[in-house]
Amino acid sequence: MSHLLEVNDLEVKFALRFGDITAIDGAGFTLDKGERLGLVGESGAGKSVTGFSIINLISKPGYISRGSIFFEGKEISTYSDAQMRKIRGNRISMIFQDPMMTLNPVFTIGYQMVETVLAHRKVSKAQARAIALEKLKKVQIPSPEERLDQYPHELSGGMRQRIIIAISLLVDPAIIIADEPTTALDVTIQAEIMDLLQELCETEKMGLILITHDLGVVSQVTEKIAVMYAGKIIEYGPTDQVVKSPVHPYTTGLIGSIPGSIPPGEDLKQIPGMMPTLTNIPEGCAFNPRCELRQDICTQKTPVLEDKGNGIMAACHMK
Amino acid sequence: MNTEQPLVTMDNVVKHFDISGGLLDQLSFSGGKFELEKTTVKAVNNVSLFVNKGETLSVVGESGCGKSTLARVIMGLYPPNSGEVRYGGERIDNLTHGQWMPFRKKMQMIFQDPYASLNPRKTVRQTLEEPLRFHNPGMTGAEAGDKIADVMEKVGVDPAWITRYPHEFSGGQRQRISIARGLILDPQFIVADEPVSALDVSIQAQILNLLMELREEMDLTYLFITHDLSVVHHISSRVAVLYLGTLCELASAHDLFYEPRHPYTRALLSAIPRVGEKKAKHIKLKGEVPTPVNLPTGCVFHGRCVYADERCSREVPELRELDNGGFVACHGVEEGRVME
Amino acid sequence: MKTKLQKFKDSYFFYSFKRDKVAMLSFIVLTIFMLMALTAPWIAPMNPYDSANIDIMNSEIPPVWMDEGTSEFILGTDNQGRDMLSTMLYGLRTSIIIGLGAVALQGIIGVVVGLLAGYLGGKTDAILMRLADIQFSFPYLMVAIFMSAIFQVVFGLGSFERLAVPLLTLIIGFSNWPMFARTIRASVIGEKNKEYVEAARVIGLPRWTIMFRHILPNSLTSVMVISTIQVANAVMSEAALSFLGLGMPVTKPSLGSLIRAGQEFFFSGSWWITIFPGIWLVIFVLVINLLGDWLRDVLNPKLYKG
Repeated sequence: MSHLLEVNDLEVKFALRFGDITAIDGAGFTLDKGERLGLVGESGAGKSVTGFSIINLISKPGYISRGSIFFEGKEISTYSDAQMRKIRGNRISMIFQDPMMTLNPVFTIGYQMVETVLAHRKVSKAQARAIALEKLKKVQIPSPEERLDQYPHELSGGMRQRIIIAISLLVDPAIIIADEPTTALDVTIQAEIMDLLQELCETEKMGLILITHDLGVVSQVTEKIAVMYAGKIIEYGPTDQVVKSPVHPYTTGLIGSIPGSIPPGEDLKQIPGMMPTLTNIPEGCAFNPRCELRQDICTQKTPVLEDKGNGIMAACHMK
Repeated sequence: MNTEQPLVTMDNVVKHFDISGGLLDQLSFSGGKFELEKTTVKAVNNVSLFVNKGETLSVVGESGCGKSTLARVIMGLYPPNSGEVRYGGERIDNLTHGQWMPFRKKMQMIFQDPYASLNPRKTVRQTLEEPLRFHNPGMTGAEAGDKIADVMEKVGVDPAWITRYPHEFSGGQRQRISIARGLILDPQFIVADEPVSALDVSIQAQILNLLMELREEMDLTYLFITHDLSVVHHISSRVAVLYLGTLCELASAHDLFYEPRHPYTRALLSAIPRVGEKKAKHIKLKGEVPTPVNLPTGCVFHGRCVYADERCSREVPELRELDNGGFVACHGVEEGRVME
Repeated sequence: MKTKLQKFKDSYFFYSFKRDKVAMLSFIVLTIFMLMALTAPWIAPMNPYDSANIDIMNSEIPPVWMDEGTSEFILGTDNQGRDMLSTMLYGLRTSIIIGLGAVALQGIIGVVVGLLAGYLGGKTDAILMRLADIQFSFPYLMVAIFMSAIFQVVFGLGSFERLAVPLLTLIIGFSNWPMFARTIRASVIGEKNKEYVEAARVIGLPRWTIMFRHILPNSLTSVMVISTIQVANAVMSEAALSFLGLGMPVTKPSLGSLIRAGQEFFFSGSWWITIFPGIWLVIFVLVINLLGDWLRDVLNPKLYKG
């Protein structure tokens, strides 16, 4: 069975003045129609870079050095700019973290939405406006007709993020990549936005790649999860399983760090040290200096993703 | 119940910010004549709290609820418009710069942004030495050096690195240095304004553990400001929930999490995504968060509350004590309308 | 531990300098100019300010490569019989001294005013900024002309000539401080809400300490960039004033005075009196501006997240 999106052995490098450094080292995952995947990791792990590289948004000095990205059966990692533009924002949409930065403050919402539609579809302005209205209703914005004539600064953060989601829906994409969509929002609004995204994926049969550091959000909304560390995917499997019985020591430590998972008053499980920067990745397993299960082989040989049972793949010699 | 006097008290504190701008900004033309419109951000509205010695009081709420302003009023960075703040029984909200000095040694603050809270042009040594020498002019360089090394070890940063600049450290390390700065005067009371919100999850755990250790080791009292309820549950003794500058509920951590009373507290708790649990359908709040500029009449929460009635839109509810020692400001709870 | 020199060599600053050919070239040219000005008394063929050296019979001799030129005066002579090269060297010196001095003065006034206005806010801010606005709205050249003319009238031409250099420095220095003030004020307003400033207040440090020891060092990048451009402006202002006869006296010409003096003789054939100093002035101002541009670009993306 062919997947909607298939990423194989993706390697992304950055050409810096003292040499090329590897930001993403052999990442691979799949996404089917209507499936929701979480790309989880802390800052610097490479999850945003992975998301951007799917639609070739990596700008110099970054470049894809190896690997393939198949979307609807076609290899898109080698697409030219013109070909990519037909996909980006059209078949694969992206939502970013800060809605104020994504929306142009000097144009009305309606103008920006109509502009987006007209860029990808040959319809009249009136038809474009009708589509915009329809999508605003889909994201459950109150008084959608009025919103079209309002400016971004007149709306709250939660509303702006809904509008961003509406904009990404305008062209009925097959996949939405959401990069930390709720990090800047309050908890109550966050819950509503995540619910909305989940509903939309179910009704519109859209794929969702959710990039975030928030394990809580990921465990509520996604069906599959890929945990990234220092540019590699170190655990990959069904969300329920990974969260309940994580395999890789990093994932275990990460889940144990969350205050909600340990009884109050007790020390949180803390992983000593920090994630290495891309220029200082240790030999063998990148996590080994911080790992309590470390053995000699961990400092010599880099582990690869292997089936560890329960549908989980993990890159660890010890488990 | 602690019969000792609370360490810090706030009584009916009000803090509004006038953002009306100049004369021309205020001028507006409506109904056929010119009017002067004043725009005020009502950040803190009649909040009364107390913090007992040795406890950790967390103040939670979403953006715009006034918790950061509250922290700064307590620390004397903003004078309140009305109300009183006391430390150890003495009033501190109306002091001059000079009168604040003895209190500055006892009350310190840790900030949210590890990147902006350290002066980028000062080495760690300079940053830590400044408060020390300022408050202890007789101290020699050697004594200062010892004290600095001591506090750096307490927070887990190698004392050999004191000649480095902030940008040479990671976010977590910078936050540790910030904490060191807060501790170097041996304070009794620390206000922590979202100290872990800007950090990665695994670093958060390290810093939270550190804060809990230091509390025991140095016998500190914390006022912890945050929006992250799971953090709150983990480290607090009592919790205060703020909404639009108004105190909704004040209870022990246990009671707040297992028996929340105020409708806003309940909605807030239900919205937290919990790892590994399939959540119960979260309580949907109606409408959007109003801004602190245009406060609703009556109870600030009534516009979004599913239990609101006519009285709620008219009358501001008072803070009432409950049987379990907690406090709630809600007509619905008072009248028994809010279901379990 | 790296030495300071090693750290500098490794730094992004030096790296981007090496990459930018324009910046390197400008820097080299500027250094040459500065060296020339510094060593003028030693490298100039003669001292053009000493009237004993000047023979009016030598006036308007063309440069050495033209007919009638002599090797005694490589670039020719001006209308008074002074050797062009020597006069240009001394004139460059004057221009640079006034340029740097004036900017130093503007900088000090502007920074102090901007710092006070930005940090103290309220009425102080309003008053200081209105003062700056008033100053700004007068074309500075007019202010300079005005002050220069008054001084000459009050104290006479004689003392004006003696005190020309410090006086011009003062005049130009006072006329342009609002630019510094505004820039620093914007920077200060941005910095004062940062948490390290709040931390300093929580420690209980007095206002002056916070302003001068915490905020000022962090606001200096913007000042550094303007300074380079203002030096160029100051040199041009002095040239303009001299051109109008309100600057350096005839006996001690600066580059500007030379250009002015030569103007009358330009069309009658002695073009070198205007052109050579003109070329130097243009190049000097150009390289300073280019360096200022580069400096601004280099310092700009320096975010906190280092």
